[in-house]
Amino acid sequence: MAQIVIKNLRKDFGEFTAVQASSFTIEDGEFFMLLGPSGCGKTTTLRMIAGLELPTSGEIFIDGEEVGQKPASKRDIAFVFQMFALYPHMNVRNNISYPLKSQGMTKARVTERVAEVARILGIEDILNRPVGGLSGGDRQRVALGRAIVREPKAFMMDEPLGALDAEFREHMSEELRALHDRMHATTVYVTHDQLEAMQMGDKIVVMNHGVVEQFGTPQDIYDKPATLFVADFIGSPSMNFLDFTGSIAGGTTEVELGGLKIAVPAQREQCHGDLVLGVRPEHVELADNGEYRGEILATEYLGTTQIVTLKTTNGDLKARIGSEQKATVGESVGLSFKSQTLTLFDRASGRAIRSELNEGVLANG
Amino acid sequence: MAEVVLDNVTKNFGADIGVEGISLTVPDGAFVVLLGPTGAGKTTTLRLISGLEKPDQGDITIGGRSVINDSPAARNVAMVFQQYSLYPHLSVRDNLAFPLRSPILNRSDDEIARQVGEVAEVLQISNKLENKATELSGGEMQRVSIGRALVREPEIFLMDEPLSSLDAKLRSDLRVELKRIQASLGATFLYVTHDQIEAMTMATHVGVLDSGRLVQFGTPREIYENPVSIYVASRLGQPRINTLPVSVFGNAPSGAVTIGLRPEHIQQGEGKESTVTRVEHLGDHTRLHVNLENHDVITLADVHTDLRPGDKVAIQPRSPLFFDANGVRIV
Repeated sequence: MAQIVIKNLRKDFGEFTAVQASSFTIEDGEFFMLLGPSGCGKTTTLRMIAGLELPTSGEIFIDGEEVGQKPASKRDIAFVFQMFALYPHMNVRNNISYPLKSQGMTKARVTERVAEVARILGIEDILNRPVGGLSGGDRQRVALGRAIVREPKAFMMDEPLGALDAEFREHMSEELRALHDRMHATTVYVTHDQLEAMQMGDKIVVMNHGVVEQFGTPQDIYDKPATLFVADFIGSPSMNFLDFTGSIAGGTTEVELGGLKIAVPAQREQCHGDLVLGVRPEHVELADNGEYRGEILATEYLGTTQIVTLKTTNGDLKARIGSEQKATVGESVGLSFKSQTLTLFDRASGRAIRSELNEGVLANG
Repeated sequence: MAEVVLDNVTKNFGADIGVEGISLTVPDGAFVVLLGPTGAGKTTTLRLISGLEKPDQGDITIGGRSVINDSPAARNVAMVFQQYSLYPHLSVRDNLAFPLRSPILNRSDDEIARQVGEVAEVLQISNKLENKATELSGGEMQRVSIGRALVREPEIFLMDEPLSSLDAKLRSDLRVELKRIQASLGATFLYVTHDQIEAMTMATHVGVLDSGRLVQFGTPREIYENPVSIYVASRLGQPRINTLPVSVFGNAPSGAVTIGLRPEHIQQGEGKESTVTRVEHLGDHTRLHVNLENHDVITLADVHTDLRPGDKVAIQPRSPLFFDANGVRIV
């Protein structure tokens, strides 16, 4: 198993730059997510790590060895695709053992390896079945088996669950993660689904337009987003953005929005002009009184919680509150924010302004 | 708009059950969501109401009048599908006006223009009326296809997973929007989906289908808090309800075989000792996976919890649900 270090990686396709100057480190044994909307460069990055694309510039280290310009076959990496391609005329056992046989491994050793992989994946009872009649989940497991059996240095997965329906997808993502917890194999996983990334990943890289926007643990990225893009992309519903014009100095602990003072974490740098106050829906609290008012436009019941959409002077805002709390459409309510969780952004650059809350994370981001 | 009633409706396809003995009332002005996995009979129910299928047994009334022998056109229902099909060479305005220009309706141009204008207003696409259908985003196209159903002012809207081909952000916007449109028009909606979030957030009433039968009908809150069976309890709630043999905690009513614990119905600090296997930080909440006597259980933890895999946590039920050997709820 391996540590993977990416340094200033860039990929141009003619005039188009798919990935520009990306740097991050995937530690040995990590389940690592490349997250972003379509066209952000995440799949290109994965393909460069695997050796399916060669970088225009920059370096890729696998276990300390620079492999950027080496072909895929020299990198000892296994790739699992969205559409699991199995050999349709072979049974499960032969599908899994194929990579080993083609390496020239002895028959006894192959049998041993296949048995071990089948046990890890819980597919011992279907080894002699043809792959044609298998359920989607079993096909996925066989495809994984074929990747695992080689004992590669790392696994690359390109939206392996993308084609599955919601219920089954949740089940398979738990299974994949549990498998990783048993094997501790370095895994790089591409997805556009932020919940999947949060749920499965030890670390996440968020990409947009070929640029790494942020890199860190799921909770840090959620609590301390480095950019407006990250704040908006992570979380459902996404962070509320309240636009205002103002001025911040180092040490500022209060901003003024529509004539009302709102407490924020102590700021660590200066910024003037068009600013954005970012507040997560669960950090909005409803009260009968309170100067900052909103009118309830809609409520969405979610079992334990509900999402309340409110109209305010700074635009629509969503709050996540307990489902036992009363919220009636048409009513006017007071709003308050949990001040220590708030992030301020510079509208022009989209960058988060450093504060007491996020300086630890942004410093190494 | 009208009340729609299904009375003991059965439809089989050869040896396969489509729907079996469904009795269901969609009240006038309600937003009814039928929820169930693939093959539960959701789409068949819509097709029976629209007249695309004829029931083997039972009666269907719209506004108090049996429509069993009416053609689809005579029923005045509008269907919206997952795959929006717009006329690509026409503008948004012409796409919306198309159903109104039918010679049967005999509408004047002024009247058509007024209706299209109103619907565009409701859907917030007034500024896109002159665009070609192909120049729209996916969300706008789906709004236009909903709009094409709206202009007809049908008795009921039948919607077959209209949001499932859209991306997550757009889906959540359109959920709020659809509900707003439905409420502001006072329209009657029958909406089928396998997405529990859509069912919970939009519906005034949810009908849960299992293998062609309607197993429970009620408000989202009733279905979530008072499910009649393990099957229904497992349909709503993420993460899914935990089900364990009653012997794990004991103290169960007679006849109970399974205890059902929603993640939020597990109290930490006292009770049986369990081992943390995984902590998932999802941002607004944190899921705690624990192992209790070889059963996997999912509960919730403080967002910034310090718990780590291997830690011990004592857990006990709080307001659990009990089920008998057949998975039927014991109250």
